[in-house]
Amino acid sequence: MKQEQEKPKKFGMVIDLDKCTGCGACMVACMAENNVPFKENETNKLDSITWMRVYKLTNNKPFPMTEVCYLPRPCQHCEGLHTGHSPCVSVCPATATDYDMETGIVSQIYTRCFGCRYCMGACPYHARYFNWWDPVWPEGMEKMLSPNVSPRMRGVVEKCSFCFHRYQAAKDKAFYKETRAIAEDDYQTACTQACPAGAITFGDLDNKDHAVYKKKQDPNAFRLLERLGTNTKVYYLSRKEWVRKAGDNYLPGEGLQKPRRIHE
Amino acid sequence: MKIDRRCFLSLGIGAAAGITLSPLPWKITDDLSIWTQNWPWTPVPPDGKTINKKSACQLCPGGCGIAVRRIDKRVVKIEGLKGHPVNDGGLCTLGLSAAQLLYSPFRIQAPVKKVNGKWRKISWDDALATITTKMTELREEGKAHTVAGIIGGERGTVSMLWQRLFKAYGSPNLMRNTSMEDAYSLVLQKTQGNRVLPGFDFENADFVLSFGSGLIDGWGSPVRMFRALGDMKNRQAKFVQVEPRLSNTAAKADQWLPIIPGTEALLALGLIHVILSESLYQVRFVEQHCEGFDNFKKMVLETYPPEQVAKATGIKVETIKELGREFARAKNPLAVCGRGQGLTPGSFQETAAVHVLNALTGNLGEKGGVLAMPAGPEYEEWPEVEPDDVAAEALQQKRLDGAGGDEFPDAGDLPTRLAQVINTGKGDGIQLLFISGANPVYTLPDTKAVQKALAAIPFKVSFATHMDESAEMADLILPNHCFLERYEDVPVAAGLTSPIVNLAVPVVKPMYNTKHVGDSIIAIAQALGDEIADAFSWENYKTCLKETLGDEKWEKLTEEGYWVDEEFKPVPWKEGFKSAATKFIFPDPARLNHPPVSASGDAKQFPLTLIACDSMRLAGGAVGSPPFLIKITPDSVLLKEDLVVEINPATAADLGLKEGAQAVLATPKGSGRVRVHLDHGIRPGLVAMARGLGHGAHDKYLAGKGLNTNAFIGPVDDPDSGYDAAWGISASLAKA
Repeated sequence: MKQEQEKPKKFGMVIDLDKCTGCGACMVACMAENNVPFKENETNKLDSITWMRVYKLTNNKPFPMTEVCYLPRPCQHCEGLHTGHSPCVSVCPATATDYDMETGIVSQIYTRCFGCRYCMGACPYHARYFNWWDPVWPEGMEKMLSPNVSPRMRGVVEKCSFCFHRYQAAKDKAFYKETRAIAEDDYQTACTQACPAGAITFGDLDNKDHAVYKKKQDPNAFRLLERLGTNTKVYYLSRKEWVRKAGDNYLPGEGLQKPRRIHE
Repeated sequence: MKIDRRCFLSLGIGAAAGITLSPLPWKITDDLSIWTQNWPWTPVPPDGKTINKKSACQLCPGGCGIAVRRIDKRVVKIEGLKGHPVNDGGLCTLGLSAAQLLYSPFRIQAPVKKVNGKWRKISWDDALATITTKMTELREEGKAHTVAGIIGGERGTVSMLWQRLFKAYGSPNLMRNTSMEDAYSLVLQKTQGNRVLPGFDFENADFVLSFGSGLIDGWGSPVRMFRALGDMKNRQAKFVQVEPRLSNTAAKADQWLPIIPGTEALLALGLIHVILSESLYQVRFVEQHCEGFDNFKKMVLETYPPEQVAKATGIKVETIKELGREFARAKNPLAVCGRGQGLTPGSFQETAAVHVLNALTGNLGEKGGVLAMPAGPEYEEWPEVEPDDVAAEALQQKRLDGAGGDEFPDAGDLPTRLAQVINTGKGDGIQLLFISGANPVYTLPDTKAVQKALAAIPFKVSFATHMDESAEMADLILPNHCFLERYEDVPVAAGLTSPIVNLAVPVVKPMYNTKHVGDSIIAIAQALGDEIADAFSWENYKTCLKETLGDEKWEKLTEEGYWVDEEFKPVPWKEGFKSAATKFIFPDPARLNHPPVSASGDAKQFPLTLIACDSMRLAGGAVGSPPFLIKITPDSVLLKEDLVVEINPATAADLGLKEGAQAVLATPKGSGRVRVHLDHGIRPGLVAMARGLGHGAHDKYLAGKGLNTNAFIGPVDDPDSGYDAAWGISASLAKA
């Protein structure tokens, strides 16, 4: 039998901000899927662990010209200008976070992390959260913890993994069925599936058959802080220019820049 | 040996070098890092077999199908059911967190009775016997009508069982919670001749005009609405939102018209004026299928010219004219009303005006229009109840809430009037109150009055699953199974365009000593004996449900989780209406020609207007928000324990308030401390307050946080129907 090396994948997301309603279903689906804990008081959003977080953007115009747009922010899984040169991976002294060449997913290994939080400082997207306290579930509610994702302990950093355990399950399934290749439907993140508005699309950005491949080429597509060269794998779509401009730090009077397309 | 400086230093350096080169520091660091992460109390979720179960969500009337993932016997995740006609895999925040309700420590674990203010566990036999003894006594004293009930919904077998029990026992005082569906239903009855429910064909509409409906803030069937609006974006259908505040729905609209709150009915009538005066209506509809058009036209043309409407609504004359033209000229226009999630029915004037707007464009029963829907799929009929003499006599008594009486002959249920009736001492006092699937102490407007009224009722029985505010006030609790533990049919209306029924099945065995409320009703009826027992011949609730659905539906439901009436076809207006004249009857002009329901309160003392706003991030109804929802509540709504109200920066400047400042919010109904959040997306002069906070009961994640909108906003009886038409209240906000 001919042995073939499988082509590396580049999993990513395209989020249509014109469709996103800010309902928060992605946030809850993520927390339920990934055993994300909750505290009695979660109103200090700086220490509120939300792998997926929906931000509210506004055009800052006075009534009644005000406009609002919601922006869901998972980990952007930066590739960097050279493959694997993500801001967080570069600074981790413990190799607790790594760039997976096979999938393009930035991993987080909780047991290796010793909590120095360099990665949190390096991440331009505030996608990483530190466990300042032990997770505590009310009596009886540990029953709903999923065995597919390990609960984290105090003193480690955690973040969105693009539901990597679902990728592993899809791979197992493909192996069992002897199909080898993973179908687009077989691996979808929890937030993508939960989004009632169908705003999130997930797939292999390099695979022409996947929906994300075409969507990321939309003229209204942009990425967050693109000019930093983080080369992220989460694309956003919006017809509104002020929203696209909010995706990066523009100087007053500076025009919207055409994004660099590194993935093509 | 003398230790000099040189010797001391070399010894020190030598020791440091020695320790560094030894394995000691590395060993200590390694042990330390292992020790710091070795917390035995961090749970390790046990692995097991993955089982997927289909069921139905019952946390709102939306009717979503759910897929429950279990690991052995544990529910770990709830997702939307793929292929379900309502939600096709999507699910809202509340449905996604439902496992937290199942495993909540605030579940009521056994029947309990209040003794000297403390809960004491009792047996099921004792609990049921307490109720039947009381009911038998009241019947013998000729006070059967003093037994009342407040229940969650009108449809489904559990609700049918309640109605049957009240009829057989002999009390007219069973009340269910009302919503915008009630106002719509009444308008459909008055105009089209049958009391049906509205269906809205968003999927085929190309111009949607919403009068304050939070189409993506939980109105109708929330997930269906998300999908429909996403689809409208793909089809480039236009969507206009009329609302005083830039809600999520308004933010997603193509055009936002920030109207002065409470004047929506006037805008609808102004748009009708444009359509009538410019002859943009569907001529054939008006000429061949209508009655009372001329009178109606005369009234609108005289009273609601755009210039006047513009003054009242704060929307420019040009905008009104353009909107009217654009709406009438669209191929499939659709106008809807029901503020926010539609939890308050709203006035007859407003609903009727919006309905006429639809009718004039000829969209009734058409693609992309308003459909007349049956109240759910047909069930196998139950034998008619034959009330005995005592019951028959008691049923002649007038309803306490005034529904169907002289003042409000058109209303079906008026639970919002109950507190007022009891507190003013009208009618015979209620001796026994059942509360099932509802949490009136939290959800009914004017909390203080409701609490006072309930306190006056000597015996209250709750069938709650969780220790909510109403259960806390009860004297006896007969806990129902959580919805993930019980069988129940879920007929869906919620504005859908085909009749659907879902089946909820027990995805896990009941965790505690609870009983299905259906079984409790059957047990009570059978214990009451004679004719009442005869009306309840089922062995238990499950057999009742199975028989009611019929074999064919039961089989399909247990297999797929839902059943759709494929044969249902909406009746287009061309085929006539159900009214006696088979025509569309224009509402009596007198019922529309008056100022809209206003906010109550003295304008000098309360110069601002308070409005409640709904969001998908907080559950505003009978079900309290689980911890996940509180976690995703923005800090512009809840800050620590403080409720944050939203005001325009201009209003804030007038009041001398800065972002995050503490203030005292007061209305004629109540007052409380809040913080303020400045936002340009709200009309100056308004204060917006999120619904769903201020719970007194439930767990520590929810209780004591924020304030309840219902404690600030009182009910306003619509002069036409009696339904609650409150859309806000006058208020004041002052620096604390």
